Amino acid sequence: MLTEETKTHIEGLLNKYKTRRSAVMPALMHAQKQNAGNLTEEDMREVADYIGLNPVVTNEIVGFYTMYNPLKDIGTYHIQVCANLSCSLRQAEFIIEYLEKKLDIKSGETTKNKRYTLTRVECLGSCGTAPMMQINDDYFEDLTVSKVDEILSNLD
Amino acid sequence: MEKILLKNIHKEDSFKIETYLAGGGYVALKKALKERPDDIIQLVQDSNLRGRGGAGFPAGLKWSFIPKDPTMQKYLACNADEGEPGTFKDRAIIDNDPHLLIEGMIITSFAIGASSSYIYIRGEFEFGASRLEEAIAEAYEKGYLGDNILGTGFNLDMAVHRGAGAYICGEETALLDSLEGRRGQPRIKPPFPAIAGLYGKPTVINNVETLSCIPAIVEKGAKWFAAIGPEKSPGPKIFGVSGHVERPGLYELPMGTSAREIIFEHSGGMLGGKKFKALIPGGVTAPMLVEEELDTGMDFDSLAALGSMLGSGGMIVMDETTCMVRVSWIINKFFSHESCGKCTPCREGTTWLTKVLYRIEHGEGNAGDVELLDRICGNIFGRTFCPLGDGAVMALRGCMKHFRDEFVYHVEHKRCKVC
Ligand SMILES: Cc1cc2nc3c(=O)[nH]c(=O)nc-3n(C[C@H](O)[C@H](O)[C@H](O)COP(=O)(O)O)c2cc1C
Ligand code: FES
Repeated sequence: MLTEETKTHIEGLLNKYKTRRSAVMPALMHAQKQNAGNLTEEDMREVADYIGLNPVVTNEIVGFYTMYNPLKDIGTYHIQVCANLSCSLRQAEFIIEYLEKKLDIKSGETTKNKRYTLTRVECLGSCGTAPMMQINDDYFEDLTVSKVDEILSNLD
Repeated sequence: MEKILLKNIHKEDSFKIETYLAGGGYVALKKALKERPDDIIQLVQDSNLRGRGGAGFPAGLKWSFIPKDPTMQKYLACNADEGEPGTFKDRAIIDNDPHLLIEGMIITSFAIGASSSYIYIRGEFEFGASRLEEAIAEAYEKGYLGDNILGTGFNLDMAVHRGAGAYICGEETALLDSLEGRRGQPRIKPPFPAIAGLYGKPTVINNVETLSCIPAIVEKGAKWFAAIGPEKSPGPKIFGVSGHVERPGLYELPMGTSAREIIFEHSGGMLGGKKFKALIPGGVTAPMLVEEELDTGMDFDSLAALGSMLGSGGMIVMDETTCMVRVSWIINKFFSHESCGKCTPCREGTTWLTKVLYRIEHGEGNAGDVELLDRICGNIFGRTFCPLGDGAVMALRGCMKHFRDEFVYHVEHKRCKVC
């Protein structure tokens, strides 16, 4: 269910644009954040209702953009490692393998305790400080194995 | 060269308006607001500034296509999608010098008569989006945005719109659809956005780096700008160097600086002293260059003459240990992942290419696979709705032009020739 805070946020978004529909992407993203990185079917419908769109529209949008996580089981920490070219030239595969071993999951999976999800992603615009990963909203760059250890141990 | 675009990024609190003002910020805006909008368009045309987002279209010319009718709503959209792999330049401005971009956008909006502007930023740039939002709030507070800007009667609103993970939204018409709350899929052109863009109204779309050049052009003049680098492709340019070099990073240099100088002087040469093998000069779409071509100037025309392109100026450097089949597979996997699905040659073609490249790379290639790649490329190129599919083909053909023997070796020996 959308929280009051999310509804207030969406109300604010509506002022930014000429049409209500333009607010749909940020509104869905806010709903996902409110729900620890996961987007529920109910929230998608409620966002559609609130903005005045057919629920098909929110389904379409969520299916198109990769940052929405509908019905997926994203853990508390979503670790996304870039595997595109510049990162790959700087040993991104090695970092991914290391994380898979350390967390005992394959990329694309979530640990049993729901703490970590590991995803292999495309270029995140940080190629000059490769290899890199994003954990939730934050970028971590120039990674080495010991840096990865340190970052994970400092997570909360 | 005196730095123009990256001059502030290392200052303490570089992102705050006070720092920007102390460094002479918003002086250009005050100057511009005293001029006639058409004169600013002419000034930018005279400067020969060409778009830094990839295509190199003359910025002033694009602005001149906007209808002059003052009663008509017009928009400016800044393209901060920065999705082309190997590109990380706009982020440096967004994160560290947001007011440079904002000032450029205000001047541009004034020139084209826009009263509303958006910055379309890729969704992953959470930090950058909040930096921009804070900076925009500061600019409103100082009276550089909002109603009756600096008492001139000019009104402008500015807002940040965050994408949500889709490379195709960097294509300008897909960007507009995304801003309208739709799936980001390219629109048919014409009509061009200058006639029917955001919400069907005249819209200019420019890249972050393009817009960030505007304050300096207003301040120092068109002649000054046009004299930096080659006449037809002038100005300062941010080159983003990544891959196998000692010092990857951003280097602001005159357009036309040679690739060799950028790699071997500014970026400290090859990582660990290994031998150079190939350079992708402008984001993964741009066809590769080899050693003999490194003296080429990094500018739009010199690279186009070689059959490559400057693109975003994101330079990916590869050494002798790099397997070109693997590189092609990684690049194509990206394009097939990012194909928006609107047209068949791109959607099916890039997927097929990736499948064939996967099996060649993994020692499972079949006889005839290299020729198959050629045929698929031929069926994509020139037949797609937008340039994404063409880009995939340009990248692959660019690699096969120089390293076809590696593909053949992979198929025949079921393993790699170099690694
Ligand atoms: C598939 C595709 C992706 C693109 N991605 C970007 C991008 O991330 N950033 C950008 O500024 N331009 C991108 N462009 C180019 C834009 O369509 C457009 O030409 C540019 O934003 C115009 O601004 P400019 O003239 O200032 O370069 C892309 C084009 C295509 C076809
Ligand atoms: S290739 Fe990894 S951030 Fe660009």
